[in-house]
Amino acid sequence: MDKSITLPPDEIFRNLENAKRFAIDIGGSLTKLAYYSTVQHKVAKVRSFDHTTKEATGDNLYEISVQEEVTARLHFIKFENAYIETCLDFVKDHLVNTETKVIKATGGGAHKFKELIERKLGLKVDKEDEMTCLIKGCNFVLRNIPHEAFVYAKHADSEFRFQTTQPDIFPYLLVNIGSGVSIVKVESEDKFERIGGSSIGGGTFWGLGALLTKTKRFDELLQLASKGQHTSVDMLVKDIYGGSYGSLGLTGDLIASSFGKSATADKEFSKEDMAKSLLHMISNDIGQLACLYAKLHNLSRVYFGGFFIRGHPVTMHTITYSINFFTKGEVQALFLRHEGYLGAIGAFLKGAEEDNPNQYSWGENYAGSSGLMSVSPDMNPMQRARSGTFDMLEMDRLEGKLVNLPLLQDASSYIPDTVDLTEDAHAREYWLYCFEEALDGVVKRAVASQPDMPEAAERAEKFRQKYRHKLQTLRHQPFAYGSLTVRSLLDTREHCLNEFNFPDPYSKIKQRENDMALKYYQKAVKCLDELSWEERQYALVRVELMDVICPVSSLVDCLLCSAGRPWLVDSYDQWFERLKGPPHKCAMFFVDNSGVDIILGVMPFVRELLSRGTEVVLASNSGPALNDVTNGELQILTESIAAMDPVIQAGLREDRLTLVQSGSSSPCLDLSRLDKVLAMVVRERKTDLVIIEGMGRAIHTNYYAMLRCESLKMAVIKNSWLADRLGGKLFSVVFKYEVPAPSQHSAALTPS
Amino acid sequence: MYLNVEKRKTQEKCDITFPWFGMDIGGTLVKLVYFEPKDITAEEEQEEVENLKSIRRYLTSNTAYGKTGIRDVHLELQDLTLCGRTGNLHFIRFPTHDLPAFLQMGRNKHFSSLHTTLCATGGGAYKFEADFRTMADLQLHKLDELDCLIRGVLYIDSVVSSGPSECYYFENPTDPDRCIQRPYTLENPYPLLLVNIGSGVSILAVYSESNYKRVTGTSLGGGTFLGLCCLLTGCSTFEEALEMASQGESTRVDKLVRDIYGGDYERFGLPGWAVASSFGNMMSKDKRESVSKEDLARATLVTITNNIGSITRMCALNENIERVVFVGNFLRVNTLSMKLLAYAMDYWSKGQLKALFLQHEGYFGAVGALLELLHPS
Repeated sequence: MDKSITLPPDEIFRNLENAKRFAIDIGGSLTKLAYYSTVQHKVAKVRSFDHTTKEATGDNLYEISVQEEVTARLHFIKFENAYIETCLDFVKDHLVNTETKVIKATGGGAHKFKELIERKLGLKVDKEDEMTCLIKGCNFVLRNIPHEAFVYAKHADSEFRFQTTQPDIFPYLLVNIGSGVSIVKVESEDKFERIGGSSIGGGTFWGLGALLTKTKRFDELLQLASKGQHTSVDMLVKDIYGGSYGSLGLTGDLIASSFGKSATADKEFSKEDMAKSLLHMISNDIGQLACLYAKLHNLSRVYFGGFFIRGHPVTMHTITYSINFFTKGEVQALFLRHEGYLGAIGAFLKGAEEDNPNQYSWGENYAGSSGLMSVSPDMNPMQRARSGTFDMLEMDRLEGKLVNLPLLQDASSYIPDTVDLTEDAHAREYWLYCFEEALDGVVKRAVASQPDMPEAAERAEKFRQKYRHKLQTLRHQPFAYGSLTVRSLLDTREHCLNEFNFPDPYSKIKQRENDMALKYYQKAVKCLDELSWEERQYALVRVELMDVICPVSSLVDCLLCSAGRPWLVDSYDQWFERLKGPPHKCAMFFVDNSGVDIILGVMPFVRELLSRGTEVVLASNSGPALNDVTNGELQILTESIAAMDPVIQAGLREDRLTLVQSGSSSPCLDLSRLDKVLAMVVRERKTDLVIIEGMGRAIHTNYYAMLRCESLKMAVIKNSWLADRLGGKLFSVVFKYEVPAPSQHSAALTPS
Repeated sequence: MYLNVEKRKTQEKCDITFPWFGMDIGGTLVKLVYFEPKDITAEEEQEEVENLKSIRRYLTSNTAYGKTGIRDVHLELQDLTLCGRTGNLHFIRFPTHDLPAFLQMGRNKHFSSLHTTLCATGGGAYKFEADFRTMADLQLHKLDELDCLIRGVLYIDSVVSSGPSECYYFENPTDPDRCIQRPYTLENPYPLLLVNIGSGVSILAVYSESNYKRVTGTSLGGGTFLGLCCLLTGCSTFEEALEMASQGESTRVDKLVRDIYGGDYERFGLPGWAVASSFGNMMSKDKRESVSKEDLARATLVTITNNIGSITRMCALNENIERVVFVGNFLRVNTLSMKLLAYAMDYWSKGQLKALFLQHEGYFGAVGALLELLHPS
C-alpha cells in the first residue's frame, strides 16, 4: 500500500463533514467509494417588501436575500486499489458527524478488504450482491443522466455518439465483461435475469495475454494490442481460400481461425501481434454471444460494461466491430459514460432505500464531476498529472421528478440541442472561444453581485480557474459530459458559479431592470390599446422581440415599423391568420429574461391572450441562470402588474393565468426534463399552444423540436457568428410559428 | 435402414473412369478419400494402365505416405458398392502445408496422364487451383465445402451397416463414471444442427438434403487450440497437444465460480465447478509460475471446446433444433472434447439437446467431393 501519497482533499473527498450512507465497490484494480452528503448552498431569494415599510427602502419592488439552502448530493470517487488505505484514513479523519453504522460493499475485492474497511472506518461491512448493484446502478444512470449511453465510432469525426435518454429504458441487455462475461436481461427496475454468460472474458485476455507476451498489466496488454497486426497470427479466409468465400459472403480478411497461423513450432510471433489477435478473438466471441442472446430474447438495446470495456477505446472499437458484423448493423453496441460507477451507485442505492432516491430526479453536477476519460493518460496527460488517478462523479438531487413535456411529438427522438458541438468542430472552436472570452465579464459580475463580501473576489478567482479548466478539458475531450452543446457550456458555468457560492450574479441587475420596466408598463399597455386590433397583434410581436425601451414618444412608430421584414424566419402572416380564428384553449409560455423582456414584452402578450379567452401558464426557471426571470421573481412581478392592470388581475383571480416552475436552472430548455407539476398542468388545461422565447430556449435549444400542438418560437439572434451561421445578420429575427399538420410546416431553416 | 436419396443414387451405375478420388483441402489438413475397386475383372486388369495400377498399389499397400501422410485404416469401409462397383473406401490425410510434396508426387506418378477429373472442395481447392495446374498438370473441379460436407455426412451414415455404428452419443454425459459411448441411429435426421470443427468452426442448420443454411461460425476452432498450444507449450502437433492436455488440470489455469464465490453462485444457478473466467487464474504472477504445460494445454482445450458448446447451444435455441451433430478433425482422437461437448449440451440445456458424433469425423467433405464426381448434383 502506498501511504506516501497525499491527497488534494478539497478536490476529491468533498463534503465529508456532512457525509452519511457509505458504499464501496472494490474491483480488481479500482475502488469506487460512494456517499451521500448534504450541501449548504447559498441561494438568492426574492421577497416582496411589506407595503408598510416600502417607503424606507427606496424604489425597489422586492428585496433580495441570500439564504442557505440544504440540498442533497451524491458523491462517487474512483481510485486505484493501491490508495485504499490512505483514502480510508482520510475519510475517517474528516468524518465529523455521522450516525452511519454500516457501509454497503460490493465487487470482487469487497471480501478481501472487509477487515481493513471495518477497522479503518469503524463501520460494519454489509455485502451486497454484485449483479444486483450493477443493474440498480445502470437503471439509475440511464434514467438520470442525459447522454449517459453512447455509440463508439473510431473513425468518425466524433468518436462518441451520445444517445438521447429514452422515456422507457426497459428492456435492455447488459453484457458485463469482467474476468468472465455475464449477460443480463433487465426488464424493469426490480426484474432482471442472468440469461447467460461466457468464461472467455477480460480475465482470459489478461491471463492468456500475460502468458503469451510476458506482459503483466492489463493496460499494457491493450497498448500492445493496439500496435499489433493480427493477420500474422490469425488464419484468414483468404489464407484458406486465396480470396473470399463468395457464396457465403465471407470476405477474405475475415478471421477463419484465431491463432491458426501460430500452429507451428518454428516461427516467432511478436508480442504486439499476439496481443492483437487475442483481443480480436475475445471481442468477436463476446460480440457473437451477445448477438445470439439479443436475438433469442428479441432485444435491441445492448449495453456493454465491465473492466474489459471501461474507457478503453481499443476494446470499445473491437466490440462495436463485432456487434456490427454479427448483426449486420441491426444492433448497436452501447457503452455508458459512468460504467465504472454502476456497482458503487447500486450498492449505495441499496443502502439508501429509506431515503427513496428513486422518487427524485438527479442531475450530474458538471462542476464536481471529472467527465469521461478524465484519467485516460492517452486522452489527457495534463489532467492525469493534476489530479492523479482520481475520478469523480457528483449528482445533485433535483426538486422533484423531471418528466417529458407531454406535448412532444416523439419523446424518444427529441433532442433539445440545435447544434452538437461534439460533431461540429468549427462551431465548437467558436463557442469555446466565446465562453473563454466572456469569462472576465462573468467574474466581474460575480464579484459585483456580492459587494458586502470581501472574500468574493477570491472565490470568483477560484470560479474562473475551475471554469477555465473545464473549458480546456472540453477542448481536448468535447465528449467529457455527453454531447457538447451551448447549453452544456452554459450549464457548466452555472454549476461552477454555484460551486463557489455565486448563486445569482445577476440578481441586482435583474432587480434594477425589473423596477425600471415596471414604470413603463402602463404607458406601453395604453399605447398598445390605442392601436387597431390588426396593428396591435403586430406590435405585440415587435415589442416582445425588441427587448429595448424606446422613448415612448416614438414607441408606436417603432412598433409598427415593418422595415426588415421578412425576418430571417418569418411566419408572422400565418400566425396573424390564426389569430383571426378561434382562441386557443391554453397557452404554455416558456419565458426568458427579466426586465423589459418579461414586463414589456411577455406581459402585454399574455394580456392579449387572456383577453382573447386563452388561459395562460407562465413557465419560468426554478433557480437562477443569467438574467433569466426566476419563478420567485415572476410571482412578485406578476402581482405588481396585477395591481396596475385589471386584465392580469382578473386572470390571476379567475385562475386563467398561472405560474409554474420549469424545474430547471438553465438559460436553455430541455423539454424532456421538466417539473412534474408543469406536465400535469399542461395535461389538465389541455394546452394547445406552446410559446418559447429567447435565444437560449428557442435557438440554441428546441429550434427543431416538434410538438403535437401549435407552437411559436421567437428570438432575436444577438450573436453575429450564430446569425451568420443561420444565414442572417446580427439582430435577425426568428419568428417560427408551427402547426403540427405536415402540410403547414414552415420552411425549415438549415444552417449553411 | 433408412434409404436416402444419396444412397439410391450411388447404386446406379456410372461410367466414370478410375481412379475415384474426393479431396477436401482445408486450412490445416488435406483430406483425401480413395475408392479402391475390388471387383476388377481380368480384362480390366489387363487394360489398366501402369500409372493407375501404381497409384492403387501405393495407396493401398501403405498406411503412411512421405513424412506426414496417414491412412486412417480403422475408418476404411470395405465391400462398399458405389456406382455398381464394389470396393473399399480409404481415408487419407496430410497437412495442407505439405500439399506441394503431394503435387510433386502426383507429377512423378504421371497422374495427369489418367485424364481424370479431380473433384476438390475446401478453401484450398480455390487457393491452390493454379498450383494443381502448373505443378501437376491437373484440372480441379471445385466444389462448395458445405454442400460436400452435408452430402458426405448423409451418405456415410446411410452406408455404414457393419462394424461400429457411424453415429454415436454419450450416455450419462454428466456422470463421468457412467459416461459411455452408445450407437445412435440417425433416422429422420432433420432438422439437425451440423457443427463442423476444423481450423475454424461452421454451424449449419440442415432441414433436408438440399435445404440447409450456414447459421454462423466462429474463428475459435481447432486451429486456435493448436495455435495457442504451440505458443504456450512449444508443442508442434495436434497429437502432442492432445497428449499434454490429457495429463493436465485446467482448474489450475481457469478461475472457477467457486474460486470467486466460495461455492455455487446460487442467485444465478451457477455451479461452483463452472468456469467463470478461462485462464482467469493466469492474471496472477504466482499462479502463472505454478502451472505446467500440460495444465495450459488442458485449459486451452477446455476453453475452445466449451466455447463451441455455448455458441452451438445458442444456435440450437435460436433455430429451434434439438439434435446436434459434431464433425471435423478437431474431434479426431479427442474423446476429451467430445465428452465435454456432450456434457455441455446436456447440462446447460437441462437434457433438451443431444450431442451426436460420427466415426468419420473429418472426412465428409472429401466423401461429398467423391460423390460429386460420380453423380453430379
